[in-house]
Amino acid sequence: MSEERVGVYICHCGSNIAGTVAVEEVSQWAAGLPNVVVSRDYKFMCSSLGQELMEKDIAELGLTRVVVAACSPHMHERTFRATCERAGLNPFLFEMANIRELDSWATDDRVAATQKAKAMVSAAVRRVIHHQPLQLLPVTINPNTLVVGGGVAGITAALEIANAGYHVYLVEREPSIGGHMAQLDKTFPTLDCSACILTPKMVDVAQNKNITLLSWSEVEAVEGYVGNFIVTVRKKARYVNEEKCTGCGICIEKCPKKVVDEVFEAGLGYRKAIYRPFPQAVPKYPVIDTASCIFFQRGKCRACQMFCPTEAIDFEQQDQILKLEVGNIILATGYDTFDPRRIPQYGYGRLANVFTSLEFERMVNAAGPTGGRIVLRDGVTTPKSVAIIHCVGSRDKNYNEHCSRVCCMYSLKFSHLLHERLPDAQVYEFYIDIRATAKRYEEFYHRILEEGTRFIRGRVAEVTDAARLPGEEGKLIVQYEDTLIGKQRRLPVDMVILSVGMEARRDSREVAQIFGLGCEYNGFFIERHPKLDPVNTMTEGIQIAGACQGPMAIPEAVAQGAAAAARVLSLISQGTVMMEPVRAHIDAEKCSGCRICNNLCPYNAIVFHEDRKVSEVITALCQGCGACVAACPSAAITGAHFTDEQVMAQIEGMLWDMQPQIAGTNIGVE
Amino acid sequence: MKYGYYPGCSLERNAAAYHQSAMAVAGPLGIDLVEIDDWNCCGATEYFSINLLPAYALVARNLALAQDQGISDQLVAPCSACFLNLTKTDRYMAESPKLAADVNEALAAGGLHYTPGSVRVRHLLDIIVNDVGYDVVAARVSKPLTGLRVAAYYGCLIVRPGYGGVFDDPEHPTTMDRLLRILGAEVVDFPLRAQCCGGHMTQISQEVAYEMIRRLLKNAADYEADVIATVCPMCQLNLDAYQANVNQFFNTDYMIPVLYFTQLMGLAFGVSPVDLGIGKEFVDARPALAKIGVAVPSNSNGRPRKKETSKEALPMPRLKEE
Amino acid sequence: MTTSTISARAPTFLDEVIARTPGEPHLERCIQCGTCGGSCPSGPDMEHTPRSLFALINAGLREEVLRSNTPWYCVSCYYCTVRCPQQIHITDVMYTLKRMAIDEGYYTESTARDAPEFSRTFIDFVESNGRSFELGLATAYHLRYRPLNAVSMAPMALGMLRRGRMDLTPTKIKGIKQLQAILNKAKELGGAK
Repeated sequence: MSEERVGVYICHCGSNIAGTVAVEEVSQWAAGLPNVVVSRDYKFMCSSLGQELMEKDIAELGLTRVVVAACSPHMHERTFRATCERAGLNPFLFEMANIRELDSWATDDRVAATQKAKAMVSAAVRRVIHHQPLQLLPVTINPNTLVVGGGVAGITAALEIANAGYHVYLVEREPSIGGHMAQLDKTFPTLDCSACILTPKMVDVAQNKNITLLSWSEVEAVEGYVGNFIVTVRKKARYVNEEKCTGCGICIEKCPKKVVDEVFEAGLGYRKAIYRPFPQAVPKYPVIDTASCIFFQRGKCRACQMFCPTEAIDFEQQDQILKLEVGNIILATGYDTFDPRRIPQYGYGRLANVFTSLEFERMVNAAGPTGGRIVLRDGVTTPKSVAIIHCVGSRDKNYNEHCSRVCCMYSLKFSHLLHERLPDAQVYEFYIDIRATAKRYEEFYHRILEEGTRFIRGRVAEVTDAARLPGEEGKLIVQYEDTLIGKQRRLPVDMVILSVGMEARRDSREVAQIFGLGCEYNGFFIERHPKLDPVNTMTEGIQIAGACQGPMAIPEAVAQGAAAAARVLSLISQGTVMMEPVRAHIDAEKCSGCRICNNLCPYNAIVFHEDRKVSEVITALCQGCGACVAACPSAAITGAHFTDEQVMAQIEGMLWDMQPQIAGTNIGVE
Repeated sequence: MKYGYYPGCSLERNAAAYHQSAMAVAGPLGIDLVEIDDWNCCGATEYFSINLLPAYALVARNLALAQDQGISDQLVAPCSACFLNLTKTDRYMAESPKLAADVNEALAAGGLHYTPGSVRVRHLLDIIVNDVGYDVVAARVSKPLTGLRVAAYYGCLIVRPGYGGVFDDPEHPTTMDRLLRILGAEVVDFPLRAQCCGGHMTQISQEVAYEMIRRLLKNAADYEADVIATVCPMCQLNLDAYQANVNQFFNTDYMIPVLYFTQLMGLAFGVSPVDLGIGKEFVDARPALAKIGVAVPSNSNGRPRKKETSKEALPMPRLKEE
Repeated sequence: MTTSTISARAPTFLDEVIARTPGEPHLERCIQCGTCGGSCPSGPDMEHTPRSLFALINAGLREEVLRSNTPWYCVSCYYCTVRCPQQIHITDVMYTLKRMAIDEGYYTESTARDAPEFSRTFIDFVESNGRSFELGLATAYHLRYRPLNAVSMAPMALGMLRRGRMDLTPTKIKGIKQLQAILNKAKELGGAK
């Protein structure tokens, strides 16, 4: 029998626990458990008073073990371990029983809840007696950082870290950084030219000594853990020698193959088979799209190579596989727009003059496919009436339930740009609500009201070319209910703009898998806490920033990029991070050298010593998953903080009210 | 492939042509449609307006009979309204135990019982395009409908709301278009393909009903259709029998025959028009059908406005084609 | 995720409409976006658009709702139902409102007061024969409620008869007694719901 002195603390958590579990009863009952020296219940154990209660008992009653029955360890295990430590008790001599998420929040049945609470407390008490005073493991943080995604969030994060003096690898899948922001014309509510405010930052990235820009590259695999990641990056072949290329652009001029640019021009314009996404691209080196290149498809042409003054075209170039060693990763992979072909009744793809907002951004951009002229699909006709439809694909259980946050604002911006370029045009905005929530947004809305846009409250039912009434022939007809007057109406217009929502990238689930992150149902990456921790993830060392976390506008993306950078800098400046000592250890005496564990380890943390014919766990790499512990036929491997003794004791504790039945059996005996 | 067959009241007389032509093509397609014995009316859109539980019980009797007669675990309904009622009843009985219990208590008074989900209800178009398949249909075509411009009109209840599952897009269905194309017809674009024909509105408000019919006729005429193909007896009746009334009301002169898609299939398979019930329609189909094999297929795809692809034109987004 | 807890507060008109609709119609989710009103083919001819009607239901204006011709002009095309961003079973709610208007007698004050009569006449024939009977339906309905119209419908009726598209006499199913027993039991169980 043990001489340990256990203190038990049952938290009320206000009424969260006490409303369902009879906490006083459990506390009194726990006092009678073997080894329990003191048992208390208290309203909020995590409060300073609650913690002081524990510290006082540890000091005055000479407690050697502590059990707190409260919320989830995710919430407060750290808190209470720190409390123990302050009181001079090793933090691992503490065990937490979750009687909130796993008990009081899972049922309304008071009797069952109390019974379960007792079982969990009993389990914790029995277990904690077997705990060992473990020490945290120091892990050095590699000061290099990987930022994935060169949009405005990624650029911000990279610059923050680089300017602090640390090295950053910025990996971007497209030939140039800039992301969606580079596609925009003017930004709300200030109407700043997007490229004008972004390109200086892009140039900063290119010129910053601390940033290694890997564009036209993708992350293929991630191994390791916080402070010590090994990332495999494929730097795709551009077929352009970056050492020799001066960025003159003659190759692009001479290339005979033109294709629709689905990415940067949103399908509204063309590019060549060898191309730069836009003139201010960073880096300036073009890239050959082998799927459209005549040479790669049919072996002919080579015009680019012929005309290049510095012989920079290299058709033999290969992809490069790089292995980057970094301490932290920031994912800033951005968003995709909703595809309105999923809503056939809006006519996108069938009716020529229905455009998406991204197409319209490109159209209105002076460097875009129409040179900034607002025209119909024929490339020539100026529209006299334009309808802008809000909430396309958003706030809709049939597509995306979320509100996409930015569409009301960019729709208002479109209104303004239309009035600016086409003063004689009539603009209509069809909305359900006007969401103008951030700084200066409501004022922007009022400005648009004064410019003569007609606002109609009614979610558009359909856009059609089937004329019914006089005046509709040859037009696009928007059919809707004007909800403020309660009538169904039809409005003939020349052009329709669909304000499509932001959604997660189409491949966000695959990307999340590579990095070991979680995704929500709609594909956005999951943050550690939606209120208090929007840039951290549940995976240590990996942050998220920008629209990959959820729909947001540029200021939020920049703020998140900087926040993620701050997190990373904090870890780097700490230099060493203390890791949980939940690790496996192989007893060399018992090891028979069978090597079953070697290949089981998902982290490649076990080595085999040929000379002694025994395996050994590399503590730094071990993540404590327990696979080897379970598999070892010689029972030579122990999992710290999850030993057989501890787990068995926990099970016995759970079955406290069945003891008489199992007393006469072998259950629980080794 | 054997299926239970629920013709519905319309196919007995009003839409006998649909029934006749369905039977005529079933053989060549390798499907055996075995009529449920002693089925009753599904109640159309009428019973649900009056009394809920009897409305469900009325439909459930048919499901129970189909289940008990064990012809197949699938029941085919050619009429879109019957299809709706049967799938709706099965679905709500499955979702609501209380409704199922009440309906079964009512059925018990007639010595019947229906377990929701026992019978899977499908529309006739669905089994032809999905179970039989386009290839089999293509193989049976001996007299392609070349030169005939057809507007494929689906109506509403075949594609909405999908109580029994969705086999084609609820806004822009294309399965019948593809089927008709395989028959050799020139399928014109028809934007109002899934708009409602008005159902029983002709009896409630003539203005509303005739306007709904007029829209469809106008759309078909705009796209220069020779004939409209339907999948539902109500749609056929409204567009066909009331076409003269609509013309009178609006001072128009539409003359577009309305046939069942099975009639067109039958013609393409070489079945004689009389055996397909052709001649029963109000707007005579024979002048339009005379174009088959005689008229030269036009170059336009039925668009009244010519599409120009000039040098300045901006590219159109690509659509996943049917 | 959650099951509805039974609340002790008095049920509203909205609660009542929801309760009398099969399944879960989700009418409480309505955000008044207007998609239904914009999609409805007969919308322009309704006294209230579907959305407007739901606002009235939410406001508890029972009489105005049940007197409205809106449910009677619903053609059951289900455009509203498939397009509603909150996935409300709008058409089902329309059927419920029809039944409530009949139960409480309000339909007689609606401009579409003949519509239920059409349905009722239809059902009478189904209950007697097990099948619908168009000639009987058309004659009975028109003579009783639209006598002036009856004359103008004559050419079509003759056209139907000539083409063999209408029966002169109704068809009776073999199991008509069985069907009647079932329907009577259903009426007894469900009341007029």
